[in-house]
Amino acid sequence: MATQARRLPFPTLAGRLPDYVVPAVAFLLVGLLLVWLGVNLYKTPNEFYRLFLIGLTNGAIYGLVALGYSLVYGILELINFAHGDVFMLGGMLVATMVAGFGLAGDSGLFLWSMILLMLVIVMAFCAVLNTTIELVAYRRLRHAPRLAPLITAIGMSFILQNIALVWKGARPTSVDSILPRGEVFTIGGVAYTWDKLIVLLFTVPVLIALLMLVQRTRQGKAMRATAQDRDAAAMMGINVNRTISFTFFIAGGLAGAAGLLYALYITNIRYDEGFRLGLIAFTAAVVGGIGNLPGAVLGGLVIAMIESFNNGLGWATPGSDWTQSIIFGLLIIILVFRPEGLLGERTPEGG
Amino acid sequence: MNVPGLPRERRRDFDAEVRRRAIKGGIAAAAAIVVVTIFSGFTTSLIVATVVVLALYAVPWDMIRYGRWVVPGVAIIAAIAYPYYVDDLFELPLFGPFPSVDTAVTMTIFIMMAIGLNIVVGYAGLLDLGYVAFYAMGAYTAAWFASPHFAESVGAVHVGSVGVSPEAEGFHLSVWVVLFLAAIFTAIIGVIIGLPTLRLRGDYLAIVTLGFGEIMPQIARNGDNLFGTGFNLTNGAQGINPIDPPGFGETISDWTGLPVDYLTFNADFLGRELGGIEVFYWTAVVLLLFTVFCSVRLRDSRLGRAWIAIREDETAAAAMGVPLMRTKTWAYAAGAFFGGMAGAYYASFKSGTFPDDFFFNISIFILCMVILGGMGNIWGVIIGGGFLAYLNQEGLGNIGAEINETFGTEIDVPLYQFGIFGAILVLVMLFKPEGLIPSARRKAEFEEGVHDEPLYDVTQ
Repeated sequence: MATQARRLPFPTLAGRLPDYVVPAVAFLLVGLLLVWLGVNLYKTPNEFYRLFLIGLTNGAIYGLVALGYSLVYGILELINFAHGDVFMLGGMLVATMVAGFGLAGDSGLFLWSMILLMLVIVMAFCAVLNTTIELVAYRRLRHAPRLAPLITAIGMSFILQNIALVWKGARPTSVDSILPRGEVFTIGGVAYTWDKLIVLLFTVPVLIALLMLVQRTRQGKAMRATAQDRDAAAMMGINVNRTISFTFFIAGGLAGAAGLLYALYITNIRYDEGFRLGLIAFTAAVVGGIGNLPGAVLGGLVIAMIESFNNGLGWATPGSDWTQSIIFGLLIIILVFRPEGLLGERTPEGG
Repeated sequence: MNVPGLPRERRRDFDAEVRRRAIKGGIAAAAAIVVVTIFSGFTTSLIVATVVVLALYAVPWDMIRYGRWVVPGVAIIAAIAYPYYVDDLFELPLFGPFPSVDTAVTMTIFIMMAIGLNIVVGYAGLLDLGYVAFYAMGAYTAAWFASPHFAESVGAVHVGSVGVSPEAEGFHLSVWVVLFLAAIFTAIIGVIIGLPTLRLRGDYLAIVTLGFGEIMPQIARNGDNLFGTGFNLTNGAQGINPIDPPGFGETISDWTGLPVDYLTFNADFLGRELGGIEVFYWTAVVLLLFTVFCSVRLRDSRLGRAWIAIREDETAAAAMGVPLMRTKTWAYAAGAFFGGMAGAYYASFKSGTFPDDFFFNISIFILCMVILGGMGNIWGVIIGGGFLAYLNQEGLGNIGAEINETFGTEIDVPLYQFGIFGAILVLVMLFKPEGLIPSARRKAEFEEGVHDEPLYDVTQ
């Protein structure tokens, strides 16, 4: 959770090196990154702005998914592999609804109310699905060795992927483009379009609401207490099972919202998209500091920027073939050298 | 019954146990015969198989001196003789005929990989979600050193190669050399991956291995122009083929009659026409036996006991003087060794290696084998691995055909492959987390609930 200092469950490599090594390497890497970005900005400014806007929008979606990972990890210390697939099923549901309601070509108030309706439906669907997964697959394993729920999570992820595969087939399901794509404003000759703005307009309030929920409400306090020490929380009269279910419910709702945005913005979705995006979002959560909510969004933005710049920039860029390797390479580097993430706090036990 | 090697005072226990098992096994055997006969028809092989299995089950072999070798011995002989009697075997209800020799080769290779993964997951308790990286590494090592891939850069380098003309360019090492080269090379990669990452615990380690498992196939896919230097390492999406077949060459063949090379081999032996596929199968069985032998000996060694100690309680193990990092790295290296060897042999068997073979689901597939059979127990892993590899190769197709024929439906069962493996993972973990054939020790761990989370952090 946001305010709580996490204890790291392992000694880090960083602890064994001289103090100045890790910051020096980090500064070197960041410096190289800045040089690379600067040269590209100088050479092709328009392309740079365009990719920046794409990265910003994707980052918002990654951030929403990463929030779900972060919430669940914060409370159960479990990587919920099925989360990405819940997100994907949400996207598929939206694809079905857009086709079913015949929304293509509509506009105005009717369109917006239908989008809101779809948002409510898909959030409810994903929230219930995620809670059910917790109930079926994780609850019985609370006291089993740590690997057991992780393995069931992978199993659930495979089951959900198979459901989508049977439902929609192996080819990408296309979604009718219903978001307005006119321009809002132009920077450096690149138009910022409405669909991108809408994604951001969704994400920011959701993040604020979630932070308020976790930090200000009674339920949020119960969540933080359960995350810190489950037994002590139970002794203080907190219904631990219900709190955990509630966390999964919220995480599922976020996945549903992300699914809606993804389906409407990207306009196609495939059965294995959830797993791929889930891994990226998990990386985002780790980069930002797992269990840390603003960190998850920051991580999402960082990862999306890396992905977008790497896919599009021209000068000294590995290119889209290597995007996934770069992201996972970053994940490995972060886990090995700074497992508490960018915004995570160092603690005496973990440092 | 006068059983040699049994102390007089234990004879009574022994007789009682035999009686109990004979009754229980007899009922099960009779039921099995009835079921198979009703659904698939009666053959003599059914009776023979039932009698053999019943005989093996009814006697408590572990109570007799040297008795514990009987069941594995019979199993090994049955496995080696498999090509001779597979065509005469009875059909199982729902599953249809027994796997063909071709499928049996794949099954054997996947069992090897499962045993390799079992060292990492089952013995040392480190969840590895990127085992496919080792498989890929082995396959590509075979592809580099036994194919025309490097024809332009190295000219013709031949060391005991068979089945290719002596002028053929590129590296052409004997496949036997390549197998060990691949195994050692993969083990080194395992150590390199392991050294920085094995400090992480539990799920963090799982994620890092998953990351490596995703990076490796991407390198394979994009390696035809590595980092823009024009160096063709992996031939990209086309993969590398053909890879040389195994074989013994003219000289050894003249002495012993072993095949010159497996692809063109054809002979008549003990009343059966043998082709390359049978020899591939027997070689795979020999490699599997080698793997099982090493795995059992490793488990019982000082190192193996250290792995199990780490699995059960890392903190206590460290306090008892087990060097954590070194022990874990050895587990990684040993697991990678067998994965690499199996990968190289599989590449030689298929005569090619393609980046699309190394998806994440292969890692999960192999993990599924280990978990279904019972983490840490070799016999469980062999049976779980064989069964799942069979399902993947022909079992699901057979079951689908059978179901559609019986109920007149149009279900495409192999389409549900993902879901079935996922369901196996979930169901086994929920209801029998120690696996179908657990080792007694692992079972106790799951029942008592060992916690990976230590009270304090201990650096080695």
